[in-house]
Amino acid sequence: GILDEQFLQLQQLQDETSPNFVSEVVNIYFHESEKLLRNLRSLLMDREFSDYNKMGIHLNQFMGSSSSIGAKRIRNVCLAFRAASDQNNRAGCLSALEVLEHEYCFLKNKLHELFQ
Amino acid sequence: MDKGLPAKREITFETELFGSKTFLIYVEPVFSKAGETIGINYMGMDITDQVRKRERMIKIREEIAVQKAKETELNRTIHITEETMRAKQMLATMSHEIRSPLSGVVSMAEILATTKLDREQRQLLDVMISSGDLVLQLINDILDLSKVESGVMKLEATKFRPREVVKHVLQTAAASLRKILTLEGNVADDVPIEVIGDVLRIRQILTNLISNAIKFTHEGKVGVKLYVVPEPPFAKEGSQNGSAGSTANQSTTNVPKEETCTSTSQTSSDQRGFHGKKHEGSCQDRSQNERGTPVTNGTIDVTEEQAELPETTVWIRCDVYDTGIGIPENALPTLFKKYMQVSADHARKYGGTGLGLAICKQLVELMGGRLTVSSQVHCGSTFTFILPYKVSLSCDHSDDVDDDLSDMDDHGATDDDATAGFFQFQPRTLGSLFSSNGSSRTQNLLAHNIGYVNSHKINGFSENCYSFPTSNGQTKEMDLFEDACSVAEALEISPEPESSFSHSPDHDNESAICRDEHHHNVVNAENKVSTRDVSSCSETSREVDVKEKITEPQLPAERQGRSDSGFQSTLNSSREASNSISKPKILLVEDNKINVMVTRSMMKQLGHTIDVVSNGVEAVRAIQYHSYDLVLMDVCMPVMDGLQTTRLIRSFEETGNWDEAAKAGIEKPSPSSDSLQPDCTPPKRIPIIAMTANALSESADECSANGMDSFISKPVTFQKLKECLEQYFP
Repeated sequence: GILDEQFLQLQQLQDETSPNFVSEVVNIYFHESEKLLRNLRSLLMDREFSDYNKMGIHLNQFMGSSSSIGAKRIRNVCLAFRAASDQNNRAGCLSALEVLEHEYCFLKNKLHELFQ
Repeated sequence: MDKGLPAKREITFETELFGSKTFLIYVEPVFSKAGETIGINYMGMDITDQVRKRERMIKIREEIAVQKAKETELNRTIHITEETMRAKQMLATMSHEIRSPLSGVVSMAEILATTKLDREQRQLLDVMISSGDLVLQLINDILDLSKVESGVMKLEATKFRPREVVKHVLQTAAASLRKILTLEGNVADDVPIEVIGDVLRIRQILTNLISNAIKFTHEGKVGVKLYVVPEPPFAKEGSQNGSAGSTANQSTTNVPKEETCTSTSQTSSDQRGFHGKKHEGSCQDRSQNERGTPVTNGTIDVTEEQAELPETTVWIRCDVYDTGIGIPENALPTLFKKYMQVSADHARKYGGTGLGLAICKQLVELMGGRLTVSSQVHCGSTFTFILPYKVSLSCDHSDDVDDDLSDMDDHGATDDDATAGFFQFQPRTLGSLFSSNGSSRTQNLLAHNIGYVNSHKINGFSENCYSFPTSNGQTKEMDLFEDACSVAEALEISPEPESSFSHSPDHDNESAICRDEHHHNVVNAENKVSTRDVSSCSETSREVDVKEKITEPQLPAERQGRSDSGFQSTLNSSREASNSISKPKILLVEDNKINVMVTRSMMKQLGHTIDVVSNGVEAVRAIQYHSYDLVLMDVCMPVMDGLQTTRLIRSFEETGNWDEAAKAGIEKPSPSSDSLQPDCTPPKRIPIIAMTANALSESADECSANGMDSFISKPVTFQKLKECLEQYFP
């Protein structure tokens, strides 16, 4: 239940011309996501944090990539995160971020297993 | 007696007086009062008549049962036949009905082709025309076939000159020849100058056989040989069986019979038996399909009109030979069957419908001749048909046939044509692959059926056109352009075979460029064409190394997000994906790398290559410099989001200038490198599809309010992309 049908779409895109498509995409996703998560954390941890817009941008990126590879659970958490952000609910955002980080680690491990 | 029970039985006696008679005997024991049997009562009844009647009844019932069975069988057959006839009728009618509007479509398309069109429009139109032509051809074939079969086909009897026909057919074939083949025609001297026959059908047969030969021959030659032969054996038998006054109808009912005859099944001929023809016997005896009655039929119809003139029948044999791939022996018997091709692979590889030979055979046999084939795999094949032709002696031709009556008046003017017996069409020698000697090739292409060329590798052309500063390739194109101009004026249909199209892409694009120039030559003024040409050189037309990035002067700055490999793959795929037809130029505006990768990969699977920019400003820039057929616009982007970008693009489309964009801080494109239509035609409205992630600010209403045409919700799936493409590029 970690990945949804979108992941299947990715798998379908893999063929002789791009034999490692899925792993390439996933690797880039990991790269990007870790960057984004770091950004999000540093934003939220900042004492004088107020720029929800900026956070929203990172969040959108993360949500977009996650849904593109089919990381359903992560995407759902992102939705919650976004809701909190819309309400300028910093605490809510923080807890959402923690869940995100947790989910992300989980996903990463699972995907690594998949590619073993 | 023993049992003490009455019994009755039928016993037959033979009597001398009355023959055999049957009696019903009833015997019963008589009991005394005490219960002892003391005697019997005996009764006899003459039931002879009854018995007879009974037996007859049984027989009658049996007969009735048999009759009924036969009846149902017959009814069923009639039913089937009726339905078949109806179906054929319907097919013929429908085909006719289909043909009219279809030719309307094609005619309109052809008229459209003479109007002013831009490059993409012309490409699309060419595909339309060639597809339409193909379908029309198909329908005509089907119609012909059903006509011949259903007996509606009437043969004409016109005077014609065989040499001219042969030459003509060969010329036409040579004109559309794309391979290096020699076409030759040889008409023997004893073939009369003029004969009487159905020239249209004969030409049809010849054309079909020759185009088959060309199709299956990749090197060497294809030729036609025409010569007189003595009356062949099958004709003699035919005339013996002739029945007077038969109509074409009956002759063609023989046609289906012929086909069943070869299977020599008794039942099939029995079934046809109720037609009332007595040819089954002879049918089954002959090892090959021969036509008895129709020989005289066809000629009877013909000769009735010309009964007064003395005529002789000359049998002319025509060999269509080639040095092609040949036909394996096991395929020979089914060759002339409808819809048959030598093998499924053949069908796939060579195309075609398999109707041609069946039609030819039917036609030939309808005219009283025979069509045969001999072949050797890898060596070649020869298709031979023998037909009888009437030669009118009292007319003013055929000096060969009858000296007494010849009247030579008409000969003067047409002497050369009439007597020329040998033609040959050699392949033009090909120049070098590229540059200045391309003229011969351009000439060929210009004369070609444009649709065909288009279906080949023009596409690489329509995408990735960049402004092109002077480079090697450009001058070459200019040369070609000039060549194309001069050739366009002459516009000769010259037999111009070519090596196969699987050559280097350079070759393709060179020809594509030339063809394109031809179009523009027709439509636009010269200078405009040259500027367009300059800017419209596809990357693949450069022989140079892909990485050279000559085309990149303005763009690298804008393509920040883009990795080299991405660019590379675009180039490569535009070079490789040369089999689709006029690919649309698609722009993807998306900042998320993952989405870019996924979307690009999906598009690749759908056969498209895309350009990618990562924000609105770059998108506007891209559109300023190139024309796109579709834009996929991510809504949420840094720098400038999708909604604003769309607004700017729409403003350009409405006003024709980039003022709004300038206000937003995007500099206007410099005039020298503006590759969009510099003339007064307003910019085309580009379909812009929003890619939304279902955020609040991305509602459908908002998207369309800003000028977007529709949206795809993320995550992007293959299906969504496919539907979108189908909607905008049907």
